[in-house]
Amino acid sequence: MTKPTRLLLTPAIAFWWRDVIRFLRQRNRIIGALATPLVFWLLVGTGFGPSFRNPAAVAAAGATGSYLAYFFPGILVLIMLFTAIFSTISVIEDRREGFLQGALVAPLSPAAIPLGKFLGGTTLAVLQALLFCLLAPLAGLPIGLHQILLLLPALIVTGFAMTGLGFLVAWPMDSTQGFHAIMNIFLMPLWMMSGALFPMPAGTGWLHLVAMLNPVSYGVEAIRSSFAPTISEALSSGYVTGVCITALFAAVLFAVSVRLVEKRSRRG
Amino acid sequence: MSAPDHRHAIVARDLVKSFGERRALDGISLEVRQGELFCLLGPNGGGKSTLFRILATLSLPDSGSAAIAGHDVVTEASEVRARLGVVFQSPSLDGKLTILENLRCGGALYGLKGAGLESRINEAAKALNLTDRLNDPVETLSGGLQRRAEIAKCLLIRPEVLLLDEPSTGLDPGARLDLWAALEKLRAEHGVTALCTTHLMEEAARADRVAIVSSGKLVALGTPEELTSAIGGDVISLGVSRETGADQLARTITEKTGIPATVVEGEVRIEHREAYQLAARLSGEFPGAITSLRIARPTLEDVFIARTGRLFADQDVEPERTKTAKGNKRNKR
Repeated sequence: MTKPTRLLLTPAIAFWWRDVIRFLRQRNRIIGALATPLVFWLLVGTGFGPSFRNPAAVAAAGATGSYLAYFFPGILVLIMLFTAIFSTISVIEDRREGFLQGALVAPLSPAAIPLGKFLGGTTLAVLQALLFCLLAPLAGLPIGLHQILLLLPALIVTGFAMTGLGFLVAWPMDSTQGFHAIMNIFLMPLWMMSGALFPMPAGTGWLHLVAMLNPVSYGVEAIRSSFAPTISEALSSGYVTGVCITALFAAVLFAVSVRLVEKRSRRG
Repeated sequence: MSAPDHRHAIVARDLVKSFGERRALDGISLEVRQGELFCLLGPNGGGKSTLFRILATLSLPDSGSAAIAGHDVVTEASEVRARLGVVFQSPSLDGKLTILENLRCGGALYGLKGAGLESRINEAAKALNLTDRLNDPVETLSGGLQRRAEIAKCLLIRPEVLLLDEPSTGLDPGARLDLWAALEKLRAEHGVTALCTTHLMEEAARADRVAIVSSGKLVALGTPEELTSAIGGDVISLGVSRETGADQLARTITEKTGIPATVVEGEVRIEHREAYQLAARLSGEFPGAITSLRIARPTLEDVFIARTGRLFADQDVEPERTKTAKGNKRNKR
């Protein structure tokens, strides 16, 4: 007789592995998650470049002070957001008529599905973002060993948070159409108002407040400071705060996801 | 809940479940013995999917109780899940993965890994004749092979009870025969109890016992032979001319012969022990009124008609899971 158990790690690792394998076997997903932000970066970046005058933002953009350099960390976050959305949106159909049906009748801990999904989404998001970092020199940003060492934790916590946002939106949904609506009115503005696309004004205005309260701002901030020329400059320019607040945000998203799965698993 | 009953693999007591105004299950009780091949037969929307989801621990009943292998599906869901293999109507295999990869993932959901998992995979693949297809991606397989791979995945945990939701949906007749041969083999060699939902009469006729479910109620329960022999003879169906009308003819026949005649979907239907003699007599007495005449051994469909007074057609569709097109999603994944 099997003992009554609520399994966590073995199933979570299986979900994780499955997400990565599926992704690698679907070339169009790799292209979709990288090409869209690339085109976006080049078009928007080149078009806005000449009107990019904000002194604080020019300083934040690094040595060249170009908009392409300023926009680069924002694009990394957008890549992660897209990857996370693609890897979590499948949950909707998967649970109703796919692989996850089997997971719902297995003796699993309610954390098993979110853990596997978060790890899978994070892995894919971080790999794609690192791949995109090969283009950093084009933007005039340095990308050496210490930048990568700083980037890794920043990308991992941001990827985890982005996957968390995707999972929280996808899990309660019954249709992928609903997901697209939420993506447009909630996820994209969250990214736009994070300092990714344009510098959020300092001071006391409402935009500043939005940037302060928007958890995505801190991921963008952490990634932006990773590109600083020296480690001490990075650490003094908001890297630590960015990573910590994003990690906290990711942890909250994970906890809420587990609660949701627990509630949802016996509905209907 | 009464004390756990180990002679019965599945026990359901007075299960009730409503979706808004509609009662999907209206007090169903049944018992499935260990090692039995049991069919839940009913039209789509009759309640069998709701019952299936409650037994599979995916849905909670409003009232009543159910137990699998002696464990309550509500209060001891983890114990039930550890002993239960579930084959869903829409495939739960990942089409992008091979059979072997799917089986490894499936085993991991139950904490199986390493050498133990590999030996279970070999055992399950052998039981379902999949050994030489293990490295094929699932999306390249035929519907029948996919279904067998689904069952193989369920066998990894050596379940005491298998639940199958419309397992032959989307299968060609040959693959259906294979599926039933596989189930019978599992029962013979491993003592697995299997409960299948189906809306196909021919399929239900192969089961040890059949429960007919309609409008959320159990309308008949027994072996296929018991159910059909209870009909009391053969079944005569009469096509009726427009001028006479089926209702009129049925009334006249009952008045003249004293034999009950009913109208089902525009035809007059009579059960009778000496159907041939009666048919000859009726065709002599009502030559103009009868346009066609059919005599048949009773089938489960006749049992359904006799118990419900209706043809076995789709009823109101259930509010959940109905938009799922049956079986045709198989090759997309």
